[in-house]
Amino acid sequence: MLKMPEPDADVLARRKSIVADLRDIVPGEGVVDATSEMRAFETDALTAYRQMPLVVVLPETVEQVSRVLRYCHKNGIRVVPRGSGTSLSGGALPLADAVLLVMSRFNRVLDIDYANRAVVVQPGVTNLGITHAVQDEGFYYAPDPSSQIACSIGGNIAENSGGVHSLKYGLTTNNVLGLEVVLINGDKVRLGGKHLDSEGYDLLALMTGSEGLLGVVTEVTVRILQKPETARAALIGFPTSETAGQCVADIIAAGIIPGGMEMMDRPAIHAAEDFVHADYPLDVEALLIVELDGPEAEVDFLLAEVEALALRNGATTIRVSKSEEERATFWAGRKAAFPSVGRISPDYLCMDGTIPRKELPRVLAGMRELSEIHGLRVANVFHAGDGNLHPLILYDANKPGELAAAEAFGADILRLCVKVGGVLTGEHGVGVEKRELMPEMFNEIDLDQQMRVKCAFDEKHLLNPGKVFPQLRRCAELGRMHIHAGAMPFPDIPRF
Amino acid sequence: MTSGDPHLRPTTEDQVRDAVAWAAVEKTPLEIVGHGSKRAIGRPMQTAETLSLADLNGLTLYEPDELVLAAWAGTPLVEIEKVLAENNQRFEFEPMDYGPLLGEEPGRGTIGGMLAANLAGPRRLKAGAARDHVLGIRCVTGRGEIVKSGGRVVKNVTGYDLSKGLAGSWGTLAVLTEVTMKVLPRAQTEATSVLFGLTDSDATAAMSLAMGSSGEVASAAHLPESVKGRFIDGQLPRAATVLRLEGFGPSVDYRFERLAQLLAPFGPTERLDDAQSRQLWQEVRDVKPFADGTMRPVWRVSVAPMEGHALVAALRLKAGIDAFYDWQGGLVWLRMEAGADAVGLRQAIRAVGGGHATLVRAAPELRRSVDVFQPQPGPLAALSARLKAEFDPIGILNPGRMAALKAPEPA
Repeated sequence: MLKMPEPDADVLARRKSIVADLRDIVPGEGVVDATSEMRAFETDALTAYRQMPLVVVLPETVEQVSRVLRYCHKNGIRVVPRGSGTSLSGGALPLADAVLLVMSRFNRVLDIDYANRAVVVQPGVTNLGITHAVQDEGFYYAPDPSSQIACSIGGNIAENSGGVHSLKYGLTTNNVLGLEVVLINGDKVRLGGKHLDSEGYDLLALMTGSEGLLGVVTEVTVRILQKPETARAALIGFPTSETAGQCVADIIAAGIIPGGMEMMDRPAIHAAEDFVHADYPLDVEALLIVELDGPEAEVDFLLAEVEALALRNGATTIRVSKSEEERATFWAGRKAAFPSVGRISPDYLCMDGTIPRKELPRVLAGMRELSEIHGLRVANVFHAGDGNLHPLILYDANKPGELAAAEAFGADILRLCVKVGGVLTGEHGVGVEKRELMPEMFNEIDLDQQMRVKCAFDEKHLLNPGKVFPQLRRCAELGRMHIHAGAMPFPDIPRF
Repeated sequence: MTSGDPHLRPTTEDQVRDAVAWAAVEKTPLEIVGHGSKRAIGRPMQTAETLSLADLNGLTLYEPDELVLAAWAGTPLVEIEKVLAENNQRFEFEPMDYGPLLGEEPGRGTIGGMLAANLAGPRRLKAGAARDHVLGIRCVTGRGEIVKSGGRVVKNVTGYDLSKGLAGSWGTLAVLTEVTMKVLPRAQTEATSVLFGLTDSDATAAMSLAMGSSGEVASAAHLPESVKGRFIDGQLPRAATVLRLEGFGPSVDYRFERLAQLLAPFGPTERLDDAQSRQLWQEVRDVKPFADGTMRPVWRVSVAPMEGHALVAALRLKAGIDAFYDWQGGLVWLRMEAGADAVGLRQAIRAVGGGHATLVRAAPELRRSVDVFQPQPGPLAALSARLKAEFDPIGILNPGRMAALKAPEPA
């Protein structure tokens, strides 16, 4: 278990009065303090870590959120915000001395504005819920994390979620127009809106992907898009991952930006085929799904280009979807990759690193070596278009040492990603899972400056502490200036 | 006021750090410039020294297959765009060129300035602004420390997004030293669909219909009667509502026809082909009608797309203005015939549901007397000030350019 911030004994001792005070702010069922009822909240989708919170609060109004935060701020109580709890990096892991602020009651669509192509929702609305609200008019919300049926848009903001569509349509950060945020001191601020760009600092950019460390989102404005006229997918099998990777590079180099471009390696293909029977070819090392969307004439034209590029790279199977049903079948295996791997192994750890695309063969080879070193199998699904890898490390939690081995294997994979020019996390966030790896990517000065951003929002480090940063420093300490220079630079330049 | 020529001209990132560290120790306010092409935007500053990034230039990474480019902050944008064009690529957000509007020659400006000003063009609706395409940065904070953020890959949620956070900060948080951007293939061809003679209100409705269709319209602008003569060598006979389509030839043709059918209730659609279309959109991007060699105040206003025309109608009752619309009506370029009327403009923006206005051109004395950037409500202004203090505790980087100087909060 990773070390979490030391619980504040004083806060633990005051639990009873804190619960009573919170009940004054959020009446009725909105405060949960019975162990049996809090059990449902003790972990998120990173189930290897569990922790009972101090108390669970489910506010219903922005005013309540503001009062809860102001109360916690005043009384030095930590707060962990939580959406649907689908985080894969432990972003919503409770702390023993912290209020778990669950935003699930904020579940209403507030405004659908087709003329401005903007939808205003509360943060507890699911990602797919937004699309459901506008699909009758032919619109949709583009970022589509695999968990979109369950994950909340507030959580998407916290994690800057992506998905299959992000290559062409961007991540959450590119599709959010505005936020209402309550700061830890209870202040309510509005960032953006239905208009574009910020009038000052781009705080919307800082909030998106901040993993609940900067503020609590109480309202979200997103842009919606009209559904493309048509979408068709090609299923392409390759004898090696290198040739598949080259095909991806060639497609991009040809100026084609697919709506989605996903790759699976042999173990993932076999697991998925056994599970959903999508009729995937089983004699290939890599399977590519390339989806083109847009006007029909364009899609037909581009699919022909993609086919030609695939053949040039030695593809052994090429099938192009002829119906919506067939397209859905192509995707069924990919979308079920995680549960299907779950069937062949008691447990699995899903990693999330991003690499420059051209490094794929090198990274896959490295993973094979690491697999032998750590004695664990790995299956790979890969957002091929944007270089986002999801190695699934298979292990058995009941075998002593296997979880630790899986974690060590995962950390080695992420180190490799950084080494080839990539990053530690593409879309799942740092959370608690990758916290200790941050120094692989950033030096102390980089991390200090990030923590100073935190200080501007939350000087006492009360919001979601223990996540993202490997160590916490007091803001006062971070505020000191250490300047070692001081000589006049460029003394030879004439001055006025 | 600042003196004429830049005095500090570092050629390496370490020298930038040394210069800022020196300024921090000496408590010497610095004006941060690249080529100085956007120097006239913002509140006039009291700075003792100018730090020019112009000699910190050159590409540091360009991998066309990976759709990524990085350059030192002082690299001229025109040079970068030339290299991209040679590889049939571009910055999808088509950074505007403020030069002509500010009375300077076009084509000056750097990649650092591009991000610091968060430049964007008419494709903003579909493709985003500089903020949406930055992948990573290196910078020197007001503490004299070199800091990096982000990386070179598209998908990255490792830590706070300081790269985007510095977009549009106008050199007040940190001195950018290196910028890494996503680039994209250039569209094979483009065409512009034109509807003539619409009122501002009807044009807004037409643009909304088009942008909400599956026609993948890349840009939508309305050029009213008063400005139509100043585009594409005076070839627009009447007020023009223009919609840009880009992509592969057959796709553009097909979408043009579909759009014409969809917009038939607004009148017949005419077509501008590739070259003329490109010229038109570059002129929209660079605000050609108001690049008139004068210093008459020009505002850049961002409101919800459907509200731009209502805002202009309300303002016309109070002041002499000339206006045209980009971003489906949501970006309003306003030239004031007399004073800046910041108060009246901002009241009108509130009345249409919010947004913001930046005074992008005005004489220094006017810029000194009004809020050039949109003032923020108390808690937001306080948060912004705290953020500034965390990057630049002594307040030496472009002090007062975005917000009037205030005494720093106690540590």
